[in-house]
Amino acid sequence: MKTQAKFLVGSGIIVATLASLAYVGYTQSKTYYHTISELGSLQGSSLHQRMRVSGYVQNGSISHLSGQVDFVLQEEGKELPVSYIGRDPLPDTFKDGAQALVEGNLRSDGRFQAEQVQAKCASKYEAVPNSNPGEKKSGQAPTGADTTSYPGKS
Amino acid sequence: MDIAGSFALLLALLAALYSFVAGIAGILTRRTLLIKSARNAGMAVFFLVTFAVGALEYFFFTDNFSLAYVAEHSNRALPLFYKFAALWSGQEGSLLFWTWLLSTYAFFALFLNRNKHPELMPFAGVVLAGVQIFFLTLNNFVANAFTILGGVDAAGAVHMASVSEGHGLNPLLQYPEMVIHPPMLYLGYTGFTVPFAFALAALLGRYPGEKWIHITRRWTMIAWGFQSVGILLGAHWAYAVLGWGGYWAWDPVENASLLPWITGTAFLHSVMMQEKRGMLKVWNVWLVFTTFMLCILGTLLTRSGVVSSVHAFAQSSIGNWFVGFLALVFVVCFWAWWVNRDYLRSDNQLDSLVSRESSFLFNNLVLLAACFAVLWGTLFPVLSEWVVGSKISVGPPFFNKVNIPIALFLLFLTGVGPLLAWRKTSFDALKRNFAWPLGGGVAVGVIAAIFGFRDIYALVCLILCVFVTLTIFAEFYRGARVIASRDGSNLLTATCELTMRNTRRYGGYIIHFAIVLVFIGIAGSAFNKDVQMEMAPGDALSIGSYKLICQNFDQTNNNNFQSERATLEVFQHGRSVMMLYPERRFYLASQVTETMVAIETSPLRDLYVVYAGRSPETGRPVIHAYLNPLVKWIWFGGLVLVLGTGIAMLPNRRTVLVLHAEKEKAWEGAAVPGAPAVAVVPRKVNGDD
Repeated sequence: MKTQAKFLVGSGIIVATLASLAYVGYTQSKTYYHTISELGSLQGSSLHQRMRVSGYVQNGSISHLSGQVDFVLQEEGKELPVSYIGRDPLPDTFKDGAQALVEGNLRSDGRFQAEQVQAKCASKYEAVPNSNPGEKKSGQAPTGADTTSYPGKS
Repeated sequence: MDIAGSFALLLALLAALYSFVAGIAGILTRRTLLIKSARNAGMAVFFLVTFAVGALEYFFFTDNFSLAYVAEHSNRALPLFYKFAALWSGQEGSLLFWTWLLSTYAFFALFLNRNKHPELMPFAGVVLAGVQIFFLTLNNFVANAFTILGGVDAAGAVHMASVSEGHGLNPLLQYPEMVIHPPMLYLGYTGFTVPFAFALAALLGRYPGEKWIHITRRWTMIAWGFQSVGILLGAHWAYAVLGWGGYWAWDPVENASLLPWITGTAFLHSVMMQEKRGMLKVWNVWLVFTTFMLCILGTLLTRSGVVSSVHAFAQSSIGNWFVGFLALVFVVCFWAWWVNRDYLRSDNQLDSLVSRESSFLFNNLVLLAACFAVLWGTLFPVLSEWVVGSKISVGPPFFNKVNIPIALFLLFLTGVGPLLAWRKTSFDALKRNFAWPLGGGVAVGVIAAIFGFRDIYALVCLILCVFVTLTIFAEFYRGARVIASRDGSNLLTATCELTMRNTRRYGGYIIHFAIVLVFIGIAGSAFNKDVQMEMAPGDALSIGSYKLICQNFDQTNNNNFQSERATLEVFQHGRSVMMLYPERRFYLASQVTETMVAIETSPLRDLYVVYAGRSPETGRPVIHAYLNPLVKWIWFGGLVLVLGTGIAMLPNRRTVLVLHAEKEKAWEGAAVPGAPAVAVVPRKVNGDD
């Protein structure tokens, strides 16, 4: 076999291996973003996907229960009841009116079961509209100032 | 002063425009004076931008809060050190800082080559000016750091406004590494502009041969070195400050800095194919184009919130400018390549699968695969929204699945590649070079497996790390022994002498060794442990061989922050070894919570303890303890990497050859005077890196 052909075969094997690994990794970790209004129209298998939903914490809706924290997210007039069951303490910025991003699954009773919650303090955001808090500077300062939960932690 | 700063920026833009236009005119008309004036204008940009940066720093140091940027990112009580660093802590200032670093590189590239390469430099000057025009446009019209507070009334008069106190610098950034990490990363990002400019110039000017690669080799090394240090410092900052127990999360912003590093690494290796064998010419040109475009893409990702919608709630329109620029750069690169593609014909073909060439080809293939996977994963939310209409993100499992095998394969090539001969390597040579390093690696692997080392990737990594280390040391030993026996010096002196005679080769080995150290540190993460529990005074938490006993909790409040702190006594094997004080602070001015991680670090393991907050149910404090083996090796590898990069950039020692010859003559009377000392080192060892 010609050298170049051998090289191409070797490259093909490497690329195919990596592509299949990538596919496995993709199916294990894919997470869908949805808005609260989109959740109502989901059907079939897309109801069971892992997803992220963002919204504002409804005033007075946070209640601490045994083993979980319940609250209501709202956005554009739609509401979503959420139960946080993660083991990490909630970020300090998580309070009434804060902008929050929850990650987890939609339960069959319509309640969202969140394993991760990130929150950003709303007051600071409104007070300083120009500060772009999330996308701060400096290559790697990844979470910016106002999300106290780091996305990499599980 | 603010007017002067703005004005300097405007003049800088005009100078860059002149340099661009006059440069093109000079190339077309072949008028030397015009070319010279274009170059001088290009160098003037540096002084003008330096003045603007100086002016902005002056405002920070004098607490001039009439400037919006200063008011936003500083306050009176901020230590001077951080006032200086506040320059690059926000959008406008960091873009100005970016432009300044770029203009610094451009200045030195133009100045150091002012009397050289008359066929190439005018083109390079035009490209450099073109890139600077883009950034200066942003500095002047899109994100001007000299915007004043206040406004214009109906009559057109400007009303100055000033606040008595600034908002202050984000506490997360008030950390010494945050002063040095962004400049390092920016020096990396901007530094790749120089090789890009020379590559494009060589293509446009159809500059003969591989000379542009020789000219830009050190520039690429500089940019690559800074990029590496910047990435590692960022990882260390994330580890020491953010308090989630890790240093790398495959966050889009982290990935953005990794992408040009990967292609830059590929480029540093594949240029050798072109230098030695005249192969991969098109590939190299595109690698350097891609690296530059990924630098721009990284800036786009960091600043626009296009991808990192998780944390970047605020959107910024500046992203559109970068998208436009990226498209323009691609069109120019593609056009330049298409028009001149016949000039990039390869001189040679691949001769054998077991050769230096093929190891470089595989190296490039998997590096590009890694780059593609990281890019794909990072942009996936955007791409999926375009294609299927729903935003889908992928997490660390995706990145790890692809990149760990790639990294291990690269580690293997790191050991094998440098010892393969060009063109074709015989089986005997393979046996001679690899038998005992590979044997050593496997032996260590077997011992480790017997002692319960079961994670397959970590085990493979260990075997390869031993293998690569042994091949590197064998290379040093082989060369040094020859010099030592010839000069009568000891092995250590001979090793230094050997390194200095071929800095590129042996500096490269040192960098390879640094990568091995980093890999050892990363492989340690396979054995990470963590325990999280609610603790009250008297409670104990066990992790590994450590036992943490909670002594008490205290709260302190001051004007700057409210703090909650735990006092933990750490026992190991029943003996008290240290106290740790993890803390959580809530900064009043910025309304930001910050974790003060307590880290006890040693070469074998880090004990990393976080005060994670209070339990939502019971209100009791939660302590999260991590045991992270070998992390320190990563940071130590970073130091070795800096050393290796520095050595690889030094000129080879040649001038001392005469001295050596004289000495030898006196001692032995047999050496040939003036013969290059390198010639005595066997051919396999020298020069063919």
